[in-house]
Amino acid sequence: MLPYFFYNYININMMKFLKLKPSVGLLSIPYSLIFIFFFFIPLILTLIISFWDYNEYSIIPDFIFENYSYIFKDCLNFEKDMCVTFKTYLSTFIFCFITWFFTLIIGFFVAYFLAFYVNSITWQIVLFLLCTIPFWTSNVIRMISWIPLLGRNGLVNDFLLSTGLADAPQEWLLYSGFSIVLAFVHLYTLFMIVPIFNSMMRIDKSIIEAAYDNGANGLQILWNVIIPLCKPGIVIGSIFVITVVMGDFITIGIMGGQQIPSIGKIIYVEMSYLQLPAAAANAVILLALTLLIIWTMTKMIDIRKEL
Amino acid sequence: MKKSLTRRNMLKTSTAAIGAVAGAGLLKGFPAIHAADAPVIRYLGTAVNMGDAVQKRLFDDTGIKVKFIVKTTDEVVKTIFTQPNSFDIVDSEYFSMPKLVPSGNLLGMDTKRIKEWDNVTSAFTKGEVAGKKIGDQGTAPKKVMYLKGAKSKEFASEPTQYVTLIPTVYNADTLGIRPDLIKRPISSWAELLNPEFKGKASILNIPSIGIMDAAMVVEAMGEYKYPDKGNMTKKEIDLTMKIFTEAKKAGQFRAFWSDFNESVNLMASGEVVIQSMWSPAITAVRTKGIPCVYQPLKEGYRAWAAGFGLPSTTKGRQADICYEFINWYLSGWVGAYLNRQGYYSAVIPTAKKYMEAYEWDYWMMGKPATADIMSPEGKKLASKGEVRDGGSYEARMGGVACWNATMDENKYMVRKWNEMIAS
Repeated sequence: MLPYFFYNYININMMKFLKLKPSVGLLSIPYSLIFIFFFFIPLILTLIISFWDYNEYSIIPDFIFENYSYIFKDCLNFEKDMCVTFKTYLSTFIFCFITWFFTLIIGFFVAYFLAFYVNSITWQIVLFLLCTIPFWTSNVIRMISWIPLLGRNGLVNDFLLSTGLADAPQEWLLYSGFSIVLAFVHLYTLFMIVPIFNSMMRIDKSIIEAAYDNGANGLQILWNVIIPLCKPGIVIGSIFVITVVMGDFITIGIMGGQQIPSIGKIIYVEMSYLQLPAAAANAVILLALTLLIIWTMTKMIDIRKEL
Repeated sequence: MKKSLTRRNMLKTSTAAIGAVAGAGLLKGFPAIHAADAPVIRYLGTAVNMGDAVQKRLFDDTGIKVKFIVKTTDEVVKTIFTQPNSFDIVDSEYFSMPKLVPSGNLLGMDTKRIKEWDNVTSAFTKGEVAGKKIGDQGTAPKKVMYLKGAKSKEFASEPTQYVTLIPTVYNADTLGIRPDLIKRPISSWAELLNPEFKGKASILNIPSIGIMDAAMVVEAMGEYKYPDKGNMTKKEIDLTMKIFTEAKKAGQFRAFWSDFNESVNLMASGEVVIQSMWSPAITAVRTKGIPCVYQPLKEGYRAWAAGFGLPSTTKGRQADICYEFINWYLSGWVGAYLNRQGYYSAVIPTAKKYMEAYEWDYWMMGKPATADIMSPEGKKLASKGEVRDGGSYEARMGGVACWNATMDENKYMVRKWNEMIAS
């Protein structure tokens, strides 16, 4: 019972703070409980364990900074090559940015088409379902299916060779940065489409008409009316895409031929060798950086207000 | 005659069916203990060699059912540490023992309860094949086989009654190649880093196994001779990783793989022509009709071995059932099944009883096949006249140079491996 009272106490004070009716607080209890037990507490444990010591088969309660200092070892020595951590984060950031850019451009225009050019709800639903096609098969099958398309003896290379566009198979098509971005964009554009489409559907058509009546051309309407009103959707979509790409290691692993580093993979390897404190330290840093990015993005726009 | 399917009819027929099934089972003669309730064993392991056929045969022979908890090699180890009561029996590799035994989560296995213990191959018990010593660099099974007692957390150097794992399966691994794309003989591990195969080579991204393949390559190139590949010093790890990092930067590797199926796809698609590979992956490529050779190399093989262990909390009836399962496992049918996949059974004489003479000659004696060789699933693996890659059991297991290993500097090695991947 104690945790419940404790929880209630916090809850009631939160209610007072947010000036909400107590009934709203009651409704939020189930989700808050799940959130506390399965997210907040594990997160705190991760943070604690990141300061522990470990050996081959156990983790040892302690308070050391070795796990963190190792991550940044040699990172401030600029005479040497860039350290593994910086290199890994740099490559992750680059993937993040490129993926974000392409998913945003493609996602925005797909959503635009769905919202403003498709008039019947039925067709909107049908086309929406088409966008989810990449999720119809399992991750592994999807990844493996790229080989016959992009591989050395794949369709694209066959085409290039037979038309004389290339005189040797193009190896950069697969197991490269290119293939990783391709797979990300292919998968995560949907995460952009959904929130942007949602924002667009809320735009009052009469606002657009008013802009038109006042003599704005199509481009001006897009830039001065639609994009500002879609900002919440864009930010939410961006948060989805960036958090997913930051933590990904399966797509990077398979599409990059396991040759391109990702923080997720480093954490995964450390976990499988029971180096849990080291993995926890890496996870904490990754989390901090991702939160920082999201925080910056939410500074650009107040999501709560816009929703 | 048409009978309408009423609820009553349905009940009658299904009850009869259940009765018939139960009756048939009893007629076959369940041991009394099983008749009470059909025992189920929770089997933790990679289960790469456990098909449906094994489960079915097990149930027919003993009435024991198996519920698989399938995980990767590393995850199996992690599960033993973190959830030691989530399984009844574990199929683990010997190289995990230096990590697992000190934790006390595994029970010392009583060899007196294993019927075929005296027939377990000498590769496990003495580190010998056909009376000759084989390579024991790395975590060779004989080094981590015996315990000082049933509950001991220490290895014994001399044979005792208690062992860490009851051996089941093992093999000698080497490089897999695509002979149709390489078009010349390959005879050394050094070929993996030969610039001729730039962009067409691969190695597995599982540090504790990959490092051994890497060490075989470094030694074959004449770069360094390790006192013990399986237990490198920090300096030796640095050296090995430096050579591989340079090769990686020069674009030697098309990809690294960490999943069995990835290695099959890389090879079958021709993306890679030479790579570290496991025996069933070769079989999988070949059953697609694509030529693939498990190439014997002059420096020898990297061997691995697995066996059954029980969690330290096992006792009473549960232990009886697990020992019965292990005894069944070693009684020959599974042994033949494993041998036909290109692995080796820990108890060879019993496996022989379940194999046809021509199969035995092909798989174990290294003689040309006198009939088409089929996989346990009935797919053709080799035509009449073909000889197994690497030849006989004695030639292959006798040529072992090192074993999969857990090093003293494991922590350092894993970090360095990660750095190589990131470079």
